[in-house]
Amino acid sequence: MPEQPFDNSETNDSLTVEQAIVNLQGEDLGLRIYAAWWLGRFRVDEPLAVDVLIKALDDEADRTEAGGYPLRRNAARALGKLGDQRAVPALVRSLSCSDFYVREAAAQALDMLGATSSISVLIDLLQDQIPGTLPAPEPPNLAQPFDAILEALGALQATEAVPLIHPFLQHPVPRVQYAAARALYQLTPAPAANQYGDRLIEALSGPDLQLRRSALSDLGAIGYLAAAEPIAETLAENSLKLIALKGLLETQLKQSPDLELPEGAVRVMQLMDELL
Amino acid sequence: MSDLQALIAAVDAADSATKLSDAVQQLAESHLEGAIPTLIAALSYNNPGAAVAAVDGLIYLGEPSVPSLLDQLDQHNYTARAWAIRALAGIGDPRGLTTLLGAATADFALSVRRAAARGLGTLKWHQFPSEDLEIAQAECLDALLFVCEDDEWIVRYAAVTGLQSLATAIWYSQPDWRSPILAKFEQMVSLDPILAVRARVRWAQQQLQQEIGITIPAVATPSSEIFTDWHATLENLYHRKSQERPLPEGDPRRFRGLAATIGSPAND
Repeated sequence: MPEQPFDNSETNDSLTVEQAIVNLQGEDLGLRIYAAWWLGRFRVDEPLAVDVLIKALDDEADRTEAGGYPLRRNAARALGKLGDQRAVPALVRSLSCSDFYVREAAAQALDMLGATSSISVLIDLLQDQIPGTLPAPEPPNLAQPFDAILEALGALQATEAVPLIHPFLQHPVPRVQYAAARALYQLTPAPAANQYGDRLIEALSGPDLQLRRSALSDLGAIGYLAAAEPIAETLAENSLKLIALKGLLETQLKQSPDLELPEGAVRVMQLMDELL
Repeated sequence: MSDLQALIAAVDAADSATKLSDAVQQLAESHLEGAIPTLIAALSYNNPGAAVAAVDGLIYLGEPSVPSLLDQLDQHNYTARAWAIRALAGIGDPRGLTTLLGAATADFALSVRRAAARGLGTLKWHQFPSEDLEIAQAECLDALLFVCEDDEWIVRYAAVTGLQSLATAIWYSQPDWRSPILAKFEQMVSLDPILAVRARVRWAQQQLQQEIGITIPAVATPSSEIFTDWHATLENLYHRKSQERPLPEGDPRRFRGLAATIGSPAND
């Protein structure tokens, strides 16, 4: 079917950066939340866009019946993608928001921004020591977005958090256990780190597809080479296995700047070829 | 009840994901042609284990699977379509050519484009009628060079594998085509934004250096059935030219509709 020419109706406003920024400050809540998402999706890292997104982290107009802040969630997610460090202080404040999902999005964004200045507040949150933070509205009603916090602490190299992370290997929610293993892998020098990678490999053969997907994503994020074959054999979608293997491959390549292709990289590519 | 009926009955009776996956695997390993319709149906069950087993079974059965795979390509379920394309790619039958070309260049689902791009490099060229081989390979080359520009990294990655295989196949028969392929690799190895893709291109370059001049695949005789169907395939090839690629996945215009519906709570 040939492409339809674009009309200029309201739904088309999101097509320009200028309009998205205008919409984000407008009255229409639907357009505001869409604009926040859009600016992140298309990585509009213009200072003005960042300014209005930071302002949206304090929005009071957009509330769900349960008291959530959908616009703040989208704004935090977008700010993580835009890479502008000016967002860090406002995102750290968002870690104290009553809305569970705002805190989750803020922790993820701070992780993406490499914001080591957020570590102490993340640790407070991990210990559930920030007053006024409500648990997740859905079962298992986690008190805090532990997986996002743990992932951020691992990525931010928060070695001081290691003793606090350890107990989460026994957390009743498997996804949280995996996040703890992932963080500990990143915070522990090799070869002691491998035990945590191996825990994630074990999770690839679990009975629950959703959890296998989760373990795939964690292994891709840490790039644990020993997981290559187990990933290829996991009962899950090839798309997810390929993304995980890409993580392993790129971890191998980062150790060889001129595309020298270490043996491990070739091994991973052979597995990827078979999954295409 | 015959073995086949019993195996099919086990697939129908499976009441858990694991049982279904096991039953499909047993059916696939029977290597019975009568299993083909059930194996194709298993591609739509949203059960990766069952689908992997079914694809392996269909590839093993080869040529007899091809007409049903082409007829029953699921237009509504892109996951099933991706598995079917993987089966066609694995079989490499010339009758799959137009389907693979269309899927690689125009399917909206990246998993389908990915599987098809890989398949364009693994066609069994010796099964093509010799007078049509050049046009078929030329179409594949065009398509793969185009797919090397796909918006999704994994589709470009797959296109590189396809292009590498095609390069090996045409190296001596079509020396003029070497340079566009090598130039594309040169361009991608330095300019592709995704490190994993650049690495795959580098590996393709290295393997071409090592392989070329050593092996030329043996010529086998294709079956008469493939020759008969081939002309219909060739017709399709020319019709395909009118197909247009839909908007890529990252294109903002694809999200136009979303703005209209965003207010409804069911949308998150």
